[in-house]
Amino acid sequence: MRGAFAKTLTELAAKDSRIYLLTGDLGYMALEPFAEKFPERFINVGVAEQNMVGIATGLAEAGFIPVVYSIVTFASLRPYEFIRNGPILHQLPVRIAGVGGGVEYGHNGATHYGLEDIGVMRVQPGITVVAPADAQQTKTALEKTYDLPGPVYYRLGKDDRIVVPGLDGRFDLGKVQVIREGKDLLLISMGGIGFEVAKAAEILSKEGIEARVLVVASVNPAPVEDLQRELGQFRQAITVEAHYASGGLASLVSEVVAQSGINCRISRCAIEASPDGETGSQSYLYNKFGLSAESVAAKAKSMLCGVSV
Amino acid sequence: MQINNAPTKSSKYTAPVIPNLTGLKLRKTIIEQSKRAGVGHIGSALSVADIVACLYGKVINAKSPRDPERDRFVLSKGHAALALYAAFAERGWITNEQLNTFCGDGSHLGVHPEHALPGVDFATGSLGQGLSFGVGAALAAKRQKTDRRVFVLLSDAECNEGSVWEAIMFAAQHKLNNLFAIVDLNGQQAFGYTKDVLNLSPMDERWKIFGWDVHNVDGHDEDAMAEVIKNHSGVGDKPHVLIAHTTFGKGVSYMEHQIKWHYSPLNDAEYAQAMSELERQS
Repeated sequence: MRGAFAKTLTELAAKDSRIYLLTGDLGYMALEPFAEKFPERFINVGVAEQNMVGIATGLAEAGFIPVVYSIVTFASLRPYEFIRNGPILHQLPVRIAGVGGGVEYGHNGATHYGLEDIGVMRVQPGITVVAPADAQQTKTALEKTYDLPGPVYYRLGKDDRIVVPGLDGRFDLGKVQVIREGKDLLLISMGGIGFEVAKAAEILSKEGIEARVLVVASVNPAPVEDLQRELGQFRQAITVEAHYASGGLASLVSEVVAQSGINCRISRCAIEASPDGETGSQSYLYNKFGLSAESVAAKAKSMLCGVSV
Repeated sequence: MQINNAPTKSSKYTAPVIPNLTGLKLRKTIIEQSKRAGVGHIGSALSVADIVACLYGKVINAKSPRDPERDRFVLSKGHAALALYAAFAERGWITNEQLNTFCGDGSHLGVHPEHALPGVDFATGSLGQGLSFGVGAALAAKRQKTDRRVFVLLSDAECNEGSVWEAIMFAAQHKLNNLFAIVDLNGQQAFGYTKDVLNLSPMDERWKIFGWDVHNVDGHDEDAMAEVIKNHSGVGDKPHVLIAHTTFGKGVSYMEHQIKWHYSPLNDAEYAQAMSELERQS
């Protein structure tokens, strides 16, 4: 996704001279296309994310569209108060691009995981929050949101090869994307883990269980109406996210269910505990945290059998 | 204290001259409004009254508060906002009626400046953020090839914040000579004297070693500060900092150097004495 993001941003920058790209000294082997084409609009601010967001605020006030780039946790948590008091409070078009949501930086350890970024961003009404599922959707999402008047947070994955089947690069603010039809239960995913969720639906299908699968990439504005409609058709749904169980997709969906009085039980596949120091690949950690396609499928089967999960 | 205001180059910047916009006038407004509203932060506002008067009475080019080509100002020590409102009133950017809403329900004139009030370029109040905003604004002016300048007023204790030094490094790296930081060096912070909390002395040397063009100035001499700014706007290849030597609570004898007046509001007797002292300075 980060490659698609950089490529799309470079294309947009060719048409829109307001676009600047600021990095907190990260993005090696990802941001070069932009840096080479627009060296005067590419600034490595150094390892200083708070200042990066502050500078972006000043640039945006003068009419620029600055994109700040770093690993999810350094892009969202380290400068969080700057984001709140800068682009959100002033409603300025700063774009915050965090790469490596969830446990994608698996071997790098807990300091590099992005487990609460959606939660902390989503509580701010004044920022658009986008979590694309694959590279194609990243491209569409960026094209449709890059010139919004207020700030945007993008949670990106590192992987540009995965393609979520059935998504076809669709994205609309405040909408969900249905990537698979089914009537037995509802699977709802957010971000790059959509690939695992689609795979889980395949596994279930082979066992005669047809899951309807949704991708939620527009987190803020939340796709409330779409979710109400979808959840209203099912008694059971599972949310899947590479994020803590609180604050992210599970919370969003549960809020919709509770506020709408929908009779649908929500089961969540999310990271339930703080990292324990054990590192590993993303797929290893997905297994560990119950986020792999197999884990999601197993949870769906248990749920449908009425077994407590 | 060394005072350095030797001119180095004549300036192309035309300064507005607003005769009634003086530090003394701002002090009177600060005392009146603090008393009316029953709020504190008086000593901090008095500390910067002459700096703010200098900027809005002699320096900042702005046809209107939202003119895109105006010089930008960031009151990074947002708790001194009353000094800013007092200046806005003298400059005609807010009415006296608006001024009288200070700290009232529904007012845009709070203890810390809100962006919703025309003239406030950046909302502040969380210390350590304003210089970064100002650095971005200065970089924007450079890239847009305009002569806009950016002024950021920080407190000395605000330099406890690590983010200030991130901004200091960036501004020097990018040679932002259209940027002026002004440090209100009054030696006090909310809970003590700066030398006892986190000693940043010598302040001037610290900025200098980080690559800034440093000027020690008397923070109560409006003309001297205006002269330094005039002579160094867009000059050289470094951002500029005025280390403004100030007295906390300046102008009201019983407030000067007293930690109490960081937060304390005025009672009737204190108010009467403060106004009487300021009248005698007229």
